[in-house]
Amino acid sequence: MKKEKKKDQNEETTKEISLWKLSWNQLRKHKVALAGGIFVILFILIAITAPVISPYDPLKTDFQSALKAPSFVHLFGTDHFGRDVFSRIIYGARTSLLIGVFSVAIAAVGGILLGLVSGFFSGWIDSLIMRVMDVMLTFPRILLSILLIAIIGSGMGNIMLAVGLFAIPTYARLVRSMVLALRETEFVESARAVGGSNWRVMFQHIFPGTIGPVVVQSTFLTATSIRVASGLSFLGIGVPAPTPEWGSMLADARSYMAIAPHLLTIPGLSLMIVVLSFNLLGDGLRDALDPRQRK
Amino acid sequence: MFEYIAKRLLLLVPVLLGVSLVIFLSIRLVPGDPAEALAGEFADEEYIAEIRRIYHLDKPIHIQYIMYMKRALKGDLGRSILSDLPVLKEVTTRFLNTLQLAFWAMLLATILGLLAGVISATRPYSKFDYSCMTGSLLGISMPSFWFGLMLMGFFSVYFKWLPAGGKGTAAHLVMPVLTLGLTGAGIVARMTRSTMLEIISSEYITTARSKGVSDGKVNYLHALKNALLPVITVVGLQSGYLLGGSVITESVFAWPGLGRYIVEAIKLRDYAAVQGSLLFFALTFAMVNMTVDLLYAFLNPRVRYGNSK
Repeated sequence: MKKEKKKDQNEETTKEISLWKLSWNQLRKHKVALAGGIFVILFILIAITAPVISPYDPLKTDFQSALKAPSFVHLFGTDHFGRDVFSRIIYGARTSLLIGVFSVAIAAVGGILLGLVSGFFSGWIDSLIMRVMDVMLTFPRILLSILLIAIIGSGMGNIMLAVGLFAIPTYARLVRSMVLALRETEFVESARAVGGSNWRVMFQHIFPGTIGPVVVQSTFLTATSIRVASGLSFLGIGVPAPTPEWGSMLADARSYMAIAPHLLTIPGLSLMIVVLSFNLLGDGLRDALDPRQRK
Repeated sequence: MFEYIAKRLLLLVPVLLGVSLVIFLSIRLVPGDPAEALAGEFADEEYIAEIRRIYHLDKPIHIQYIMYMKRALKGDLGRSILSDLPVLKEVTTRFLNTLQLAFWAMLLATILGLLAGVISATRPYSKFDYSCMTGSLLGISMPSFWFGLMLMGFFSVYFKWLPAGGKGTAAHLVMPVLTLGLTGAGIVARMTRSTMLEIISSEYITTARSKGVSDGKVNYLHALKNALLPVITVVGLQSGYLLGGSVITESVFAWPGLGRYIVEAIKLRDYAAVQGSLLFFALTFAMVNMTVDLLYAFLNPRVRYGNSK
């Protein structure tokens, strides 16, 4: 991986190239990350086009053909209600993507705001925010999510909230540490000198500097969020029953392990591929957006 | 050093008080009346009121909290509403079970992770390195409950070598420990590798090499010793996460630990049990974090003698 990065650096530095173009060039050379990216795009496409590409209704039961092994009729076989597993996997992608995107969005908005305020204003507000974040980080995310779900109940929206809320500290810390560095730079000083208000300096001048690492972090967090959410569904307190979800499909599969192993392997494999792809893409993006890697 | 330890111990008090208050209040927000749940479907008002009185559910919330904390300090965490046993007793038994699981998992994660990380770092971009890093990435990306179920499918259902769940013999430990430990090993391996690589390319290692110190001595005496610092932090943080991860692993293998207990208690709205187990978790995390910090200070003179922050 390292070897490829050394090549054709000279041309790039002489020409005027935007950060994103440069990063894209960097990412293109990172074959594994690119594969991850392709799988992520594929996953998103499957999730969006679910109603078009799934051969059956994912909720339609057919007890005559329950627990069938994979065949040409049912590509991934059927579950204990005779539902088509292939269609359920496709719709499950949709569930996971929705939860992943929205929970990360909640976490990002909350965390970026708190991080900006914390790093920019310092003082007591900084101490207050960071202590709360520290306490949140003391507990494992899944435990906090379980507790919150116990309070607000399960259901799609609540899962997104429960998964997203506890990822806020990760963003807050990241953004804060970057703001602390950016605050002292000359361009921020000059923005202030020409009379930019606090909020203007914060959002127009400092915030853009944090985007790169935030994008990388979001990629990793999407992977984690999808995994945590499916874990909650596996425990029976996540997405409610008939909705196709990979974690709850695995929970159901437990009872039929001996007679229908495909119910166990397929949803788990799907979950792993998706999580792995996001992680690989994240690794690649981190290297691509890191200016130190280019010198 | 003693001053440092005392300071850290004192800091635990407000954190635990805060955590207990948050837990207490959030449990009270859970919808559903535990007195009604306990009384059963056909109970009359009088009986429900009686139960409310026995469990002090009729008092104002701040009084309830003060009463709870007073008793908690004496080691009385109340009675589980459902099993009618003292919560402290139930929680400690289960906590010991979780600890047993976490200990072996931690050991596996540390040994395997350190070995893989060190070997990978000393032979960067070799076949071993690539397979190790691929393996650890898979370990990180694999949802633990799926990995656990796959193990169960192979070793219990197909080969019938290991018991599928429960606790008792050493054989019962194998699959839960593997499930919990391998993910941790992946994280430790990646961390060890990256810190080792960073240190190996630093100037004092080059100096040591140019002095003619042997490769083995450089790698293990100079590099590993310094790489251990961040690794210890990761291992420490991991043990916290292991306790959290135990929630899922224990549910997969029906291991009678605190993680599984807490999920059940939340589902059944057993206030006292949820509160007690969460407090236990909080105390453990706080202790683990503190131990990691102390160990860090002990191993790193820069922290010890510098600003004692």
